[in-house]
Amino acid sequence: MNEFFGSPHALLVLVLAGFVPNEIWRMAGLWFGAGVDEGSEVLVWVRAVATAILAGVIAQILMQPPGALAGVPDWLRYGAVAAGFAVFMLTRRSIFAGVVSGEIILLAGKWWLG
Amino acid sequence: MALPPLDSPQWKSPIRAFAWGVSSVASTVLTLVLFATYLGIGALAHDSHFSLGWVLGSTLLVWAGPAQIILISTLGSGATAVQAAIAVTVSAIRLFPMVVSVLPLMKTPKTGRRHLVLATHFIAVTLWVECYRLLPKVPRERRIAFTHGLGCGLVTVCMVATTFGYVLAAKLPPLFAAAILLLTPLAFLLSTARNCKQISDVLALVLGLSLFPLVSMLHTGVDILISGISAGSIAYGVHWWRERGRA
Repeated sequence: MNEFFGSPHALLVLVLAGFVPNEIWRMAGLWFGAGVDEGSEVLVWVRAVATAILAGVIAQILMQPPGALAGVPDWLRYGAVAAGFAVFMLTRRSIFAGVVSGEIILLAGKWWLG
Repeated sequence: MALPPLDSPQWKSPIRAFAWGVSSVASTVLTLVLFATYLGIGALAHDSHFSLGWVLGSTLLVWAGPAQIILISTLGSGATAVQAAIAVTVSAIRLFPMVVSVLPLMKTPKTGRRHLVLATHFIAVTLWVECYRLLPKVPRERRIAFTHGLGCGLVTVCMVATTFGYVLAAKLPPLFAAAILLLTPLAFLLSTARNCKQISDVLALVLGLSLFPLVSMLHTGVDILISGISAGSIAYGVHWWRERGRA
């Protein structure tokens, strides 16, 4: 059992550095969101902010890529995502077609670069 | 697979609503994206010398891909727990407006906050966009049970993927590691684009993408928050101005 979970210290770090700082935003959302009505105008603003923050997360991963993605040249990362988006629009918003095309461009580009 | 019509007697039972939620996991390509992402997270945890139980615990408790990648890579590179906690909490701010905007779809006048705790825990990008797509097809009084089913189904798929990724880590070629990491921004972008209902959503997405590179030059540590609130508020301002013009 101990081998499966590792040290109790690591699990404590998981809860204190991973679970709590992440979950606190969900529970704060529950505290404020449970009182808001579906037709409320403030929801239009909250949705726009949620969408824009998500857009920031997307831009950050592309500009400051983690791990192995950092080994891919900038132009190939941006090109793969742009190609994925173009295919998504051309296929009447098929996420599947867009994701597959973007990934193919990335893999083909990496393979071609060697 | 189609859900039964809103007035179908099949929706009478909360357990069936839960089951419809679980089976809706098969109706979205985002499940595949999550599967691949969690393969990557499992492999990353293995390579960073975390235990399998630890990374499975992180999938169950944290349940947000970017936060888990940040947690594993910061702790794995020798950062302190405090530094990791700060990085995780900054990345998790997005969950707040997501929860606030999606919960009103689930509640009835009788719903208390405690009924929504588990559904709230499941909310991350995938559940956020899928709730907008699927909940209108579910009778209001069964939406919490349905969301519980959808959330449990997705978490189960991701626990399996985490385990596979952890066990297979040594066999995954480096090319696939890059491809898996690209899935998150690609799938986030396309699912958010599909989720755009109003002009304010489209503007928020475009402005959010273009403001972040500018704001990130300030190196504030909360760049995403600044660019997100500014872009979202400008987008809302345009919406408000157009609505006023129409009235």
